[in-house]
Amino acid sequence: MITDVATFIGGYAFRHLDARSPEWLVAQMDRLGIDQAWVGHLPSILYRDPTPGTAALARALEPFRNRLCPVPTVNPDAPRWEDDLNFASLIDAPAVRVYPTWQGVESTSAVMRELVAAAAAIEMPLLFTVRLEDARQRHPRDVAPQLPAAAIRFGVRQHPDVRILVSNADRAFIEEVHFGLTPVEAARVLWDIGWVWGPPEDHLRTLIETVGLERFVFGTGMPLRIPDGAVAKLDLLDLVPEERELITAGNLRSWRRG
Amino acid sequence: MLIDVHAHFLTERSARVDWSRVNRCRLDAGERIGITGHVASILGSWGARSPTYFPSPDDVSAANESLLALMHEHAGRVYGYCVVNPNFATHALDEINRRLDQGMIGIKLAASRRADDALLDPIAARAADRGVPILHHVWQHRRRDWPGQEASDAGELAVLALRHPDTDFIMAHLGGGGDWSYSLRVVAPISNIWIDLSGSGIDMGMLEQAIDAAGPERLLWGTDLTMDTGWAKLRYLESLDLTPDEMDGVRFRNALSVFPRGALA
Repeated sequence: MITDVATFIGGYAFRHLDARSPEWLVAQMDRLGIDQAWVGHLPSILYRDPTPGTAALARALEPFRNRLCPVPTVNPDAPRWEDDLNFASLIDAPAVRVYPTWQGVESTSAVMRELVAAAAAIEMPLLFTVRLEDARQRHPRDVAPQLPAAAIRFGVRQHPDVRILVSNADRAFIEEVHFGLTPVEAARVLWDIGWVWGPPEDHLRTLIETVGLERFVFGTGMPLRIPDGAVAKLDLLDLVPEERELITAGNLRSWRRG
Repeated sequence: MLIDVHAHFLTERSARVDWSRVNRCRLDAGERIGITGHVASILGSWGARSPTYFPSPDDVSAANESLLALMHEHAGRVYGYCVVNPNFATHALDEINRRLDQGMIGIKLAASRRADDALLDPIAARAADRGVPILHHVWQHRRRDWPGQEASDAGELAVLALRHPDTDFIMAHLGGGGDWSYSLRVVAPISNIWIDLSGSGIDMGMLEQAIDAAGPERLLWGTDLTMDTGWAKLRYLESLDLTPDEMDGVRFRNALSVFPRGALA
C-alpha cells in the first residue's frame, strides 16, 4: 500500500503545467504503484477565498474518490474560515492545507492559534508546505517567504491533540523542529520525504536514524515535481519491506489513529 | 551502460570528517542505480583553504591530484574533469595539459570568472585542440550576483560557445536551481552546447521542454549532489515517448560522442 500525501490538481500561477488533471494523477499513480493520493488544489494557494477552489476540487475528484482524497485549503484570514474546515470534515478530507506565508498570515498569530484549536477539536490534521519550488528559480513576483520552522513548533504547542503533516521540508528544517519539540509533541508531526536529499549526502538515511523511521511518509509533490523522486529515494534506502511499508502507508495510519 | 557526466568527490582536504563516507556512498548508490561511469570533478578544497568557486592554484592542483588517485583506484568507473581557475591563466593551461596527459577526459569550469570573459578563450581553444568538452557551471537565469561565486548564465555560456564553435560545452545541471526554461530557450539553437540534466530539481515539464528544445541527442544524464533526483529523472524519461535508441543516447551514447573516442571504456 502506498499513499502519496502531497499531490495537487489545477494550474500554477508561475509556470505552465500540462499535467494538472485528476486523470493524469491517476495515470502516474498507476505507473508507480501508488494506491491513494491526498490531493490539494494548486490555484487555491493564492485565492483570498479558497471556498470555490475547494468546491472545484471536490467536484473534480468525485469520479476518483476511491483513489484521490480531497485536501481542501483553509485561509485563516478569510471570514468564516470555520465553514471551510467544517466542509472538509463533511467530505471526509483526511487533512486541510494551510499556507500562512502565501496567505499573508503571520504563522505564529492569534488566528493561527484559533485554526489549530479548531482543527484539533474536530480531529482534522493540518498540512503545511515549506516550499513549492526551489528558492533559486522562483518568479520575481513570487515573493512569499518559505515557511519558517517556528511555524510548526508554534502550531504543535498550541493544542495537545493537533496533528501536523509537513511537506517539502529539508533536513535542516526537520531537525530544527524535531529537536525543538518534546518527544510527545514531536510524535504528532509527520514529514513527507519529498524534499529530503538522498545519496551521497544521504540526509534521509541520517534522519531515519536520528529522528526516527516512524516520522516519515511518502509524498511526491506532483504535478509540480516528477513523482519518481520519492520512489527513487526509497529504493536507495534499501529498507526491508516492513520498514518501507511504514513510510508508504503504515506511519500515516498510526498517526491518523492518534 | 549509464554515464553520469556530473559527479563530485571529496578529499581529506575538504574539511569534512565524513569525506570518505560520502565518496563511498556515491559509489554504492551508483551501483544501485546502474551507473557504469562517474565523470567527476573536485572543486579545490571545497572551501576549506580557498573558496569552492574561487579555488587557489594549490587547491586546484591538489584536487586534481586526488581525483587522479580515485581514477586509478576505480579504473573504468571513475573518470575525471580537470578543474581550473581561469584567473590564474598560466597555471590553468599548464594544469589542463598535465591532467589530460595523465588521463583526465574533460575540463570543469565552475564560477571563478564569467563564461563570456576573454580569460576563458585560451581554455576553450585548448579544449578544442585536445578534443575534450568543457563542463561549465551555470546558474539558470541568474538575475543577480549570488555570494560565493561569479556564476555564469546560459546567455554568457552561449557567447563563449559561439566564439568557439569547435569546442563542445556542457551546460551544467539544468535542474541545479534557477529558471531552466530560460536556459533551454537560450541554448536551444547552439549546437555545441550539450545539456546536463543533473541537479536536485525535478520539476515537471523540465525534461519535456529539454527534449523539445534541444532534442534527446543533446541531453546528457547526470546527478551532481543528489543522486536520487538524477535517478528520478532517468526513470521519468523512460516513461516518456523516447525510442530505445534515444533513451540509450541520454543514458550513455551522447556522452560517448562528447568525450574523446574510447575514453569511457
